[in-house]
Amino acid sequence: MQPANLLLLTLVLAVVAYGLGYARSRALAMPLGGIRHLKSLPFYYGARAALWCGIPALIVLALWAAFQGKVIQMLVIGSLPPEMIPADEGSASLLLSKISNVASGALPPGFVEAPIVEAAERLKALRGQSRMLMSALVISVAVLAGFLGWLRIRPRINAREQVESILKWLFFACAALAILTTLGIIFSVAFETFRFFEKISFVEFFFGTSWSPQTALRADQVAAEGAFGMIPLFTGTLLISAIAMLVAVPVGLLSAIYLSEYANKRVRSIVKPLLEMLAGIPTVVYGFFAALTVAPFISNLAASLGIEASSQSALAAGGVMGIMIIPFVSSLSDDVINAVPQSLRDGSLALGATQSETMKKVIFPAALPGIMGGILLAVSRAIGETMIVVMAAGLAANLTANPLETVTTVTVQIVTLLTGDQEFDSAKTLAAFALGAMLFLATLLLNVIALKIVRKYREQYD
Amino acid sequence: MNTLNTTVTSEAEMPEENVVPVQEEKPAETVIEEGKTVGRPFSDDAKFKLRNVEVFYGQDRAIKNISLDIARNEVIAFIGPSGCGKSTFLRCLNRMNDSIDICRVKGSLHLDDQDIYDPKRDVVELRARVGMVFQKPNPFPKSIYDNVAYGPRIHGLANRKSDLDDIVENSLRKAGLWEEVKDRLDATATGMSGGQQQRLCIARAIAVSPEVVLMDEPCSALDPIATAKVEELIAELSESYTIVIVTHSMQQAARVSHRTAYFHLGHLVEVNETNKVFTSPEHELTESYITGRFG
Repeated sequence: MQPANLLLLTLVLAVVAYGLGYARSRALAMPLGGIRHLKSLPFYYGARAALWCGIPALIVLALWAAFQGKVIQMLVIGSLPPEMIPADEGSASLLLSKISNVASGALPPGFVEAPIVEAAERLKALRGQSRMLMSALVISVAVLAGFLGWLRIRPRINAREQVESILKWLFFACAALAILTTLGIIFSVAFETFRFFEKISFVEFFFGTSWSPQTALRADQVAAEGAFGMIPLFTGTLLISAIAMLVAVPVGLLSAIYLSEYANKRVRSIVKPLLEMLAGIPTVVYGFFAALTVAPFISNLAASLGIEASSQSALAAGGVMGIMIIPFVSSLSDDVINAVPQSLRDGSLALGATQSETMKKVIFPAALPGIMGGILLAVSRAIGETMIVVMAAGLAANLTANPLETVTTVTVQIVTLLTGDQEFDSAKTLAAFALGAMLFLATLLLNVIALKIVRKYREQYD
Repeated sequence: MNTLNTTVTSEAEMPEENVVPVQEEKPAETVIEEGKTVGRPFSDDAKFKLRNVEVFYGQDRAIKNISLDIARNEVIAFIGPSGCGKSTFLRCLNRMNDSIDICRVKGSLHLDDQDIYDPKRDVVELRARVGMVFQKPNPFPKSIYDNVAYGPRIHGLANRKSDLDDIVENSLRKAGLWEEVKDRLDATATGMSGGQQQRLCIARAIAVSPEVVLMDEPCSALDPIATAKVEELIAELSESYTIVIVTHSMQQAARVSHRTAYFHLGHLVEVNETNKVFTSPEHELTESYITGRFG
């Protein structure tokens, strides 16, 4: 049976175990005078039986699925005649893929040596056996453990406590999964980054002012020298993010103030979801809006004013990105402003302050830390944004502060470095990981600062 | 078309007239006659002249046809069971109900013969004359100095820094807080004790030299010692201000006020000299309340 089907079957068995456990606990309770003589509710006895049935079976299934491939490979390789046993890992994997291609029928048996055909047959047989064994094992474990769990239902056993402690571990496992994934990503990026720095010096990467990621295929190639200075990329990122924030912060903040302090309920209930819809538009849509509408408009406008502007510009990308992150600023600020206690508003109004004086002198200062937190979160979003920049700002790594010129960002360069066929040991490809690591550090830092500020603010009113 | 219109209008008017008597809200045994207040609700030297005041929250009639005078430099206490409308009525006096969308106020309310609810009326000027202290101390998260200086700065009461310093010192002195805080005016106000915070709020209210101070249960969040201090303060302030105080504590009403008004389910049942209200109430609802039979 396929592992997926087996998984489904196990779940069905667990449900059955639940039903049986539930029924048994009720049946046991009735002679005693009702469910209140059970230590826990029947639901918990059922759930306990289901967990007994499902968890060991799932563990067996997971272990089997994880290790069967390796074990079968070892058996197949071991069965080859001694002269064919591969010497190193590379040729072993080549050989294995040959064998499995023959086994799956992608490679006709006539094209390869006889021992390999034999090995392919073996592989097929082993796979079939493994699957059979796995099904049998998983089903029997499920049934046996479920039966045991069902058998051990006693009125005096506190099933609730057991179920809840198991559930606690399940929740922990889910949380751990998320953390482990993050750690895995960090380590893989860090590892590749180290490999990058084996080829390129720190000084060149951090202080180099030119970016042209190419490596020579042959030693005598013309224009072979690549340059891996990240400064133009980071200045490009900063320029575009700064433009985006120049758009998003005033518009977002003022609309948040309008929505929370001035708008009546009806306007608010319509405008707020509409504003938040901006965050739901796919970035690629923003991208072509920026590339096809805003960028030409800006370059035409600049041309009519006699200023030189390229058809793709940081201004177009940054402006559209700013519109995209308005809801981040406005939504968070709105929440924070609403969290300022009404008593402060009343206190200020009762002293004869107008609404805008109250806003300016009492509410805004009280909400400022939270607003700052929201803005920093928006900044890290802006730094990480890719699609709009790819489409509207161009790819040329210019070191410039002129928003009408084409620039490129860290994220865009990562995309261009990794799209297409790449060899994974050249400095060019590894540079993507180094850039990714730098970007990760930058946004992480911003997020940490933002969270710190937001938390500090929370303490004030709770 | 015409006939249709007339039917609709007459139907729309009908329920409004039906609402006015409010039969079902009266307690079965005691009848409150609407708009009828026993005792002495009016005064010759009225600061506030309030006639036939009604307050609606959406469809709910929270205040039912109340007429009352509040005399110059008197302390008047509003008492009554929770939800009887005394806070709502208090908040009409400086239009703090404006910020509640569904709240409507009807009737004539005059402060020194000026209409409070005149649409052309400047609310800022009104609130500068009628200050307010709230149930929970609500100092701004600023320094003690900035809290007191907030109002004077907004209204441009001080031309020089030294003037402002004087206003702050005087207000804190009047609130009996100066000796306690004079060395730490820059400290943040939220770090003070609850009683100090409430006296700071009083100092903040009197810093703009109002003529009236409204107090909405100013001691309900304070301990007995802080309460005693605030009550002492109210007694001192009564020399120069008109004070309207809402309170749940009848002892407090008896201690600080000259007149007491008893509210019941949105009606103003009885108003009289405080000692009369507490020793020989005229209305049986007042008597039930002050003897603790309900509320």
